[in-house]
Amino acid sequence: MSWLGNLKEKVGTPSQWYSDFTRTPVWKSIFRHKLPNDPKNRALVVLTNVFLHLHPVRMRKQGLRVSYTWCMGGISFFLFLSLTVTGILLMFYYRPTAQHAYPDMLDLMESASLGIMREMHRWGAHLMIITVWLHMLRVFLTGSYKPPREFNWVVGVLLLVLTLLFSFTGYLLPWDQLAMWAVTVGSNMARATPMMGAEGPGMQLMQLGDVPLITAGSDVRFVLLAGRFVGEGALLRFYVLHCLGIPFIFVILLAVHFWRVRRDGGISGPGKGGKLAL
Amino acid sequence: MIELLKGFMNGLFQPAIALTLTIVLVSALYKFRRVVTQNKLVASLVVASPLLFFFVSAFDENFWIQFKRPDNIPIAAMMFLVVFFTWFALKLAVDNDDRIRDGRPPKEAEPEEEEKVFVWPDLVYSELLCLLLVSILLVVWSILIPAPLEEPANPQLTPNPSKAPWYFLGLQEILVYFDPWLAGVIIPTFIVIGLMAIPYLDTNPKGNGYYTFEERRSEIFLFQFGFIVLWVFLVFEGTFLRGPNWNFYGPYEFWDPHKLVPLTNVQLSEFIWARWLGIGLPSFWLVREFFGIVLMLVYFIALPVWLASSFLRKYFEQMGLFRYVIFSHLLLWMVLIPIKMYLRWTVNLKYFVAIPEFLFNI
Repeated sequence: MSWLGNLKEKVGTPSQWYSDFTRTPVWKSIFRHKLPNDPKNRALVVLTNVFLHLHPVRMRKQGLRVSYTWCMGGISFFLFLSLTVTGILLMFYYRPTAQHAYPDMLDLMESASLGIMREMHRWGAHLMIITVWLHMLRVFLTGSYKPPREFNWVVGVLLLVLTLLFSFTGYLLPWDQLAMWAVTVGSNMARATPMMGAEGPGMQLMQLGDVPLITAGSDVRFVLLAGRFVGEGALLRFYVLHCLGIPFIFVILLAVHFWRVRRDGGISGPGKGGKLAL
Repeated sequence: MIELLKGFMNGLFQPAIALTLTIVLVSALYKFRRVVTQNKLVASLVVASPLLFFFVSAFDENFWIQFKRPDNIPIAAMMFLVVFFTWFALKLAVDNDDRIRDGRPPKEAEPEEEEKVFVWPDLVYSELLCLLLVSILLVVWSILIPAPLEEPANPQLTPNPSKAPWYFLGLQEILVYFDPWLAGVIIPTFIVIGLMAIPYLDTNPKGNGYYTFEERRSEIFLFQFGFIVLWVFLVFEGTFLRGPNWNFYGPYEFWDPHKLVPLTNVQLSEFIWARWLGIGLPSFWLVREFFGIVLMLVYFIALPVWLASSFLRKYFEQMGLFRYVIFSHLLLWMVLIPIKMYLRWTVNLKYFVAIPEFLFNI
C-alpha cells in the first residue's frame, strides 16, 4: 500500500494546505502580514487593513474595559451597519408611492422568504437611538468631552440629531396610520417656526404690502412635506432623505467622529489623552 | 385591596406627583450614593425596580394593552438600561471618589491600566464579541416579535391619540405647557445648542477620563436632571400615561376616549387684570400683557444678573461674562419647563405672555 502513503504525502495535512495557500501570490497580494501572533504582525494587521486602521496599533489597557466604555459607541456603529444592510435589502421590495408603499409592506410581510429584515430594521433603529443616548451618557459621565475632545462631542451631538432624523424619516415609509399621523404630529411643529412658519410668531412681519410671504403653501413645513399635508410628495421626500440624504451627511460626520477619536488621543482616560487633575 | 393599590399607583403617576417623585428619586440616588452602590440589597432593588414595575404591572390588563404594543417594548427596555447604567456609573464614581479621598489615583489611572496592549487581538476580540451578542439579540428579537403594520394611511381618519415618534414624546408632552413655537422649535433648538455647548461651558478641569461624582457634582446633577427627568421620564409619560386626547391615564387605568378633563387654564393677564384688579382686560395688547412681559424680562435679564452675584457667583467668575450669559440663559430655559408645568398643575396658568395678535405666547 505504498501508493497510499505517497498520496498522503502529496495531499498533505490541513495545516500544510494553509501554509501553502498563504504563500500563493494571490494571498500575499491581499494580506501584507503573516499570522498576527507576534508584535510586528499585530501592528501590520492593523496598519495594512483599511477597516482595522480606524484603530491604533496599541492602546491603553484601561480603554479596553467594557465597564469603562460600555461598548455603546461600537454597538451604535454596528447597528448603523446592520441598518444599512437590512435597509438596502428592503429597498429591493419597496416603492415610495402612495399607490405601492403599503401593498409592498404587505408583500414583504407575506411573501418574502426568511422575512425578518423589516423587523431587524425597525428594532435595530429603536435600539440605535437608545444606544446613542447611552453612549452620550457614558461620554458625559466620564468627562470625555473635556479638552482636547470638545469638538468631537459637538460632532457627536450632530450625529445624535441625525440618528433621530434617520428614524423620523423612516417612520413615514410603511405608509400606515401610525406612520402618517406620527409624522403629521411631528411636522406640525414646523408650522410654528418663528418667521418661517405659517402659524409662527412674526409671520405677520413677512409681508409685501398686503401679500403675505409666509403661507401654508410656502412655509418650512411645506418645504419639508412638499405639500400642505402628509401626502405622496412627503413620502418621496422622506424616502430620499432616509436612504440617501441623511446617510450621506451621516457617513461624513461618522468619519470625522472616528478620525477625531484617534487624533485626540484615543479612548479617553486619565492618562495621556486627558490631563489628570487631582 | 389590589384595586386600592392600583388606585394609589395611578395617583402616584399623576404628572405633578410623578415628576416630583422622579426629581426626588434622582436626587436621593446621588445623595445616598454610598448606600445605593454599596448595600447589596438596596442596589439590587434600585437596579431591578424598572423590571419589577413592568413585570408586576404586566398582570394588569389595562397596562398590558399598552405594554404589549411591539413598539413600546424598547421603551420599557430603555427605562431599565437608563436606570442600570446610571447606577453602574455611580458605583464606579463612588469607588473612585473613595480612592481620591485616600490620596490614591482613580482606578482608571492605576499604573497597570496605563500599560499598552495590542489592539489585535485584545480590542478586536471584544468588539467581535459585542457584535455577536448584539446580532443574536437582534435576530432573536426579530423572530419573536413581528414588526407591526397598522391600517393603510388615511388622511381622513385621525387616530386618537395621535402620537409623534416615541423619542419625541418628551417634546409632545412639553407641548401641553408651551406654545408650539416654543415646544416644537425653540426648545428643541436650545436642547441641541445646549448639548453642543457643554464642553465650552464646563470649565471644571477635573474628572476628565474617569468616573467621579464628587469632583463634578453640579455638572452631573444638571445633566442628569435634563436627561432623566426632562427627557427619559417625559418619554415614559408620553408613551404609557398619555391616552386619547392626550389626557393623563394612570398605568392601570383604561384608556377611555370619553374621559372628560375640565380645561380651566387662565392667562396671567386674566389673573392680574380680571381677578386681582377686578377691572377687566385692557384691549391694547401691550397694556394687557404688561405684567407678563415685565415678568419675562425680569426672569431672563434681571435674574441672571442677580444669580451672578449670588448662587452662580462661582460660575460667573470661572466662565467670564460671555460664557455666563449663554450658560445662564440655557439654564433658565431648562428650569422654565418644570416651573411652567408646576404652575399649570397648581394654579392652571396657561401663558405668562399671551399675544394672539402676533401668535406669540410664552
